[in-house]
Amino acid sequence: MKRFADLFTALDSTTKTNAKVAAMADYFAAAPADDAAWATYFLAGNKLRRLVPSKLLRQWAAAEAGIEDWLFDESYHAVGDLAETLALVVPPGESRQDQSLTHWVQQRLMTLRGREELALQRAMAEIWAETTVEMRLVIMKLITGAFRVGVSKRLVTRAIAQQAGIPTDVVAHRLMGDWKPSAAFFQRLVDPDTLDTQVSQPYPFCLAHPIDIEKGPESVGEANEFVAEWKWDGIRGQVIRRQGQSFIWSRGEELMENRWPEVEAAAEQLPDGTVLDGEILAANADGTVLPFAQLQRRIGRKTVGKKLLREVPVVFHAFDLLEADGQDLRLQPLVERRRRLERLFEQVDHPHLRTTELIRGESWQQWAEVREGSRAQHAEGLMLKRRDSPYDVGRVRGSWWKWKVAPYTIDAVLIYAQKGHGRRASLFTDYTFALWDGDTLVPFAKAYSGLDDKEIRRVDQFVRRNTKDSFGPVRSVTPTLVMELAFEGLQRSTRHKSGIATRFPRIVRWRHDKRPQDANQLSELLQLLPEDA
Amino acid sequence: MIADAAKPATTSPLEDVLSVTDRGLYCAAGDFYVDPQRPVDHAVVTHAHTDHARWGCRRYLAASDSEHLLRMRMNKDAEFQFLPYGETITIRGVRVSFHPAGHMLGSAQVRIEHRGRVAVAMGDYKLDADPTCADWEPVRCHLMITESTFGLPIYRWKPNDVTAGEINDWWRANRDAGRCSVLYGYAVGKSQRLLAMLDPAIGPIFTHGAVEKGVAAYRDTGVGLPPTRYVGAVEGKPDWSGAMVVAVPSAHGTPWMRRFGKVSTAMASGWMAVRGARRRRALDRGFVVSDHVDWPSLIEAVNTCDPETLWVTHGYSAVVARYFQSQGRHAVVIDGRSRSEEEDEASSSSSSDREDSE
Repeated sequence: MKRFADLFTALDSTTKTNAKVAAMADYFAAAPADDAAWATYFLAGNKLRRLVPSKLLRQWAAAEAGIEDWLFDESYHAVGDLAETLALVVPPGESRQDQSLTHWVQQRLMTLRGREELALQRAMAEIWAETTVEMRLVIMKLITGAFRVGVSKRLVTRAIAQQAGIPTDVVAHRLMGDWKPSAAFFQRLVDPDTLDTQVSQPYPFCLAHPIDIEKGPESVGEANEFVAEWKWDGIRGQVIRRQGQSFIWSRGEELMENRWPEVEAAAEQLPDGTVLDGEILAANADGTVLPFAQLQRRIGRKTVGKKLLREVPVVFHAFDLLEADGQDLRLQPLVERRRRLERLFEQVDHPHLRTTELIRGESWQQWAEVREGSRAQHAEGLMLKRRDSPYDVGRVRGSWWKWKVAPYTIDAVLIYAQKGHGRRASLFTDYTFALWDGDTLVPFAKAYSGLDDKEIRRVDQFVRRNTKDSFGPVRSVTPTLVMELAFEGLQRSTRHKSGIATRFPRIVRWRHDKRPQDANQLSELLQLLPEDA
Repeated sequence: MIADAAKPATTSPLEDVLSVTDRGLYCAAGDFYVDPQRPVDHAVVTHAHTDHARWGCRRYLAASDSEHLLRMRMNKDAEFQFLPYGETITIRGVRVSFHPAGHMLGSAQVRIEHRGRVAVAMGDYKLDADPTCADWEPVRCHLMITESTFGLPIYRWKPNDVTAGEINDWWRANRDAGRCSVLYGYAVGKSQRLLAMLDPAIGPIFTHGAVEKGVAAYRDTGVGLPPTRYVGAVEGKPDWSGAMVVAVPSAHGTPWMRRFGKVSTAMASGWMAVRGARRRRALDRGFVVSDHVDWPSLIEAVNTCDPETLWVTHGYSAVVARYFQSQGRHAVVIDGRSRSEEEDEASSSSSSDREDSE
């Protein structure tokens, strides 16, 4: 148990992803397989069903500490976490013998369930007597079921893969569905023989290069060498159907389980040996795509409730066919893959599965006009794909191009600054910008990128010399600096003071030529709002 | 050793001995203030932290061990008088003496006796062993004034050597990984105690300017500390990996830090006992080192001194007073002093830093 408590402490005392992965990998290298299985289970967000009612835990802990209930409550208010309060309030015990994590879970914790009160209280007193504060914190967290330590399932997956020397997607595959933690399970999880996972294996994603908006598409070739599609703003993914099973992978090579039930259901209609590449989009039944802000409501949810499913349905817009009848099609030219994709969809009819539209056009000029309407479609611009190109691995130059519409831009005043992270930790690099509403400045966007190192140092100096006030880590500064901001989308928002949310705001340039009073008005930003947003 | 309260022959009401005023604790019979919050004529101070020893008074009376610190920190035109622990001085018929409080070098409880009634103002104190100052001694009294900074049962300090081991292990691991260790503690008191906890065999020890001044005062008083070098006096571009830098919390995240290259940062404070307080700061580690009483010590101190009346201030006053009331003791909250003022250096950067003050 000490090893697992040490892992918890290590994870808890860093915000650096690599340090977390390294700490977990070290743990998995050292721990016996059954402990490693349980650690995986908890770190991936699973919990033991509530073992002891928390009301009783509080009472017994107070009694053990020799304090009245009100004093326990005061302590809880100061700590803000029940498990930690339980760990701190009871005088520390002494760990005489270090039992394994598995022993603790199976012999000490799971056996608590269903015991009668007196026996339960005695068992808790024993646990407290045998644990130091550090170890007790972890055990109380397992008992109360609130075991969170800032790692995602994906990070755990990475750590296991790194330690075992097998690909991350293999581990992700093996962690799918329901499984019971055991030594045998963990041994299978890290088995170097990865044949079992071929069924779920995605292909590396082909990525697009941006077209320089100033230069235009002429720089990449002739219009008749390309096909055009909308560049959607959704979740890129591969839908895999093999051996009667379906898998949906994100571009981050994360296996998305239970997140898109409509698409999972739709995938069942596909013949075995099919791999689609496409975009998951929030869309109405008639196919019209909803703004990204709607899709955002479903992103990051492990499970999706009925209400949300009804309000934000998603559709998988397939734009490529990578495998058909179990055959890898990636070396075939794009138009051939597209032809086979369309033929496949003649047999598949599902409201949550469709092919993306090819946009007719004979010349760059024609497409340029179509592209102007991107925002009305909730698209970011056009995708241009070379007709004869194979499906490349990664960001290969020349095959796929993204031709985004010019971003919105506006001149805003820097009013708050905060220190950055990592390399920028000691510099003020995270800025909040405001626009004028009459004679007051209303904050409307945060921007972190766009300035070079030299400019960042100058802004940092400025912030240090012109701080008006501090709120926690945030400095408010004398409104002086004007910057031109660009952003992709606009959305009405009740959560923002300005009433408007910007998507992907960044700094285009520092407007040394402008004074704060020359910055734009909030009303000018509101005018940019699309009609239906 | 318990210094006994003199047998009361004729008793005087407590108000003559001590009363709470908006300038701080006032002894009417002796016409002096204990740790006044504003400049007064005659201040008796418990220790050299600036929320206790306020700048601008005309006369200061304090324990001898705090002489170097007080002369360094207070106005030069003031009149100082210092008294060894345990010796008594009589001010207008009021007997005043200092007894070690264990909080930091020179920190004292002020024992005030008037017509057989004894009040003890503890100032800040701790019961744990600390090689940089004299150990706390219990003093019997009728009225005891206690702080309650960490007056909740969640605060329990580990023995000094256990925490010292944790800090040295962290330093050693950083050294082996080629990192510089930066340990934050309050400039005067905490930092010097931290220095005394360090194992100089691990590597060289450096100090922040604010810390170095305190170090000098400690050395002048005769406290043994490991060799240190002031960061500002280091010339050229040395290799900082493996070094230990003891700095004030307000240095965190400032350009001053950049010189050290790859660092691991840690805070030493009683607040670090709670995970949320550790996590709110972007620090690598939090070590629980406090110069205040924890919950068990607070109870032990009060029960040993066994006052008729307990005044509670400075922290979780209401909680501590209520606890002792439930134990059948006469306990009253006398809050007046605000926490934030102790933190003269660290409060500049953010509000959360303010809690660091110890």
